[in-house]
Amino acid sequence: MSAEAEQVDGARRHFLLVATTVTGLVGVGMTAVPFLASWKPSARAQALGAPVDADISKIEPGAIMKVMWRGQAIYIVRRTAEMIATLTTPAVKNGLRDPESGESEQPSYAKNDVRSLKPEFLVLIGVCTHLGCAPLDRFQPADAELGATWPGGFYCPCHGSKFDLAGRVFKDVPAPLNLRVPPYRYVNDGLLQIGADTEAA
Amino acid sequence: MSAKMPDSTARPGRMSALMGWIDARLPVTRAIKEHATEYYAPKNFNFWYYFGSLAALVLVLQIVTGIFLTMNYKPSATEAFASVEYIMRDVEWGWLIRYMHSTGASAFFIVIYLHMFRGLMYGSHKNPRELVWIFGMLIYLCLMAEAFMGYLLPWGNMSYWGAQVIVSLFGAIPGIGESLVEWIRGDYYISDITLNRFFALHVVALPIALIFLVIAHILALHEVGSNNPDGVEIKKVKGPDGHPVDGIPFHPYYTVKDLVGIVVFAAIFCCVLFFAPTMGGYFLEHANFEPANALQTPEHIAPVWYFTPFYAILRAVPNKLVGVALMGIAVVAFFFVPWLDRSKVKSIRYRGWLYKAFLFSFVVSFLALGYLGLQPATTTYTNAARIFGAVYFAFFVLMPWYTKADQTKPVPERVTYNAH
Repeated sequence: MSAEAEQVDGARRHFLLVATTVTGLVGVGMTAVPFLASWKPSARAQALGAPVDADISKIEPGAIMKVMWRGQAIYIVRRTAEMIATLTTPAVKNGLRDPESGESEQPSYAKNDVRSLKPEFLVLIGVCTHLGCAPLDRFQPADAELGATWPGGFYCPCHGSKFDLAGRVFKDVPAPLNLRVPPYRYVNDGLLQIGADTEAA
Repeated sequence: MSAKMPDSTARPGRMSALMGWIDARLPVTRAIKEHATEYYAPKNFNFWYYFGSLAALVLVLQIVTGIFLTMNYKPSATEAFASVEYIMRDVEWGWLIRYMHSTGASAFFIVIYLHMFRGLMYGSHKNPRELVWIFGMLIYLCLMAEAFMGYLLPWGNMSYWGAQVIVSLFGAIPGIGESLVEWIRGDYYISDITLNRFFALHVVALPIALIFLVIAHILALHEVGSNNPDGVEIKKVKGPDGHPVDGIPFHPYYTVKDLVGIVVFAAIFCCVLFFAPTMGGYFLEHANFEPANALQTPEHIAPVWYFTPFYAILRAVPNKLVGVALMGIAVVAFFFVPWLDRSKVKSIRYRGWLYKAFLFSFVVSFLALGYLGLQPATTTYTNAARIFGAVYFAFFVLMPWYTKADQTKPVPERVTYNAH
């Protein structure tokens, strides 16, 4: 017995133990990949995320239209001249967290003062950047609920976040960023396509 | 008398012969002795010791009612809401089974919160019961996941928007947040795909984890022995038979005692079940009686009452990442209590006014945050939530200091007990 025990090669055993363990763990890790990857959006979900068209020719000035894209509400607002004018007033601009849209998500063609391709039509993803609620349209200035200083904009009923008429977030509310602008393009003057980018002119 | 009784060792009956055959292959008798008939629990248990066995009862209730609900429920976005209405209206006794499950969810949290409060009161988290406490907290986490995913299944509008809000919380994690959220949902929004996977987790994965954790919780408890209202280790004083002199066998003494608790609990449970199954919108929210609608957020989103203390903390912070982080810490902080508590004594009976004051203000702030989480986020309410949130965290952050500085009283050698 003792003679056999002396022949035990400890280093070899250690090597085999480590090699088996590492190989086993790599195997477990690789086996986990298909299971974890199966949680990603499926081919069908991706196909259903294709662009959608919106007929904007019938929106009244000052009114909002909602269409669905990827299960999210897309807000299309036809802004009046007065509404566009509020965007540049000092009272609004000084109250905004990110008036230049430096941190928020929007296509490059919407990174401007009005956050849109054409100033008249504002296109936003109607999902609050705080926790994904749907902000309500409170376009009338001095709204009863929001106070006399309210310039008009969007108000999230869940946690009280406020946005101006370009979807830019005000200071001292829970939402960290301006509302997102989806990629979109004009097929013609009266037809918008949401989900497809405007080619760089 | 003993002369007339058949001597079981000399002539084993058929029953005991069968038990002997089984015991040689599976330690049934040994397990019953270890965990029931010879598990010595302190004789001075009081009212607060009902909630452990009640939690086990509610777990069984949820599993049984849950199994029967899955027999008629359809986990698809087009059919889920209608299938729940079908259970409520067309399935024989379906309304009862469904209301038992929904009332059971709230009952579970009531019982668990009281069970946790008992632990904090009598120092049941302290050495040597740290693992008992940690397994308990894992059960609590698992339960929160169960409740959250289960709430999506009826596919009501509050289900939908509640899931939307909670899943979005992960989006606050810098860098990977947005893709993580997409991975959890399996889609670009809360969809049929999300519902289907939440169903799988709610009825298969999490219940299995929950059962294993409960077994670990009980095994760890039975290894070290139960604490008691005096926080005295009964194993220190043993009688000539080797059993703790202040201990009594769990069965029959505490099984009978717990039966009384179960009867009282069942009576209260049935009152809610039959007369107020929605509890005025607190157990089942009104907005959930209309189907999920991605274009219409309910006027006022609030989670079910058992999540509202943490929700109030989340809302009180104007920064998204910090808010989510603080909400997470508010839950995770409980895990560290065994090591944050530096007191020499376990039970509140022998602690000084400092711990009593901190525990009392913690309970008050927990309840206040729970109330505020149900209210709309006005400036007054938000400021109140900030104050109560500060008290909530002070309980944990200052614990090493105030538990050490506290004037404790001498702990008796044996439990205090007055025979009735």
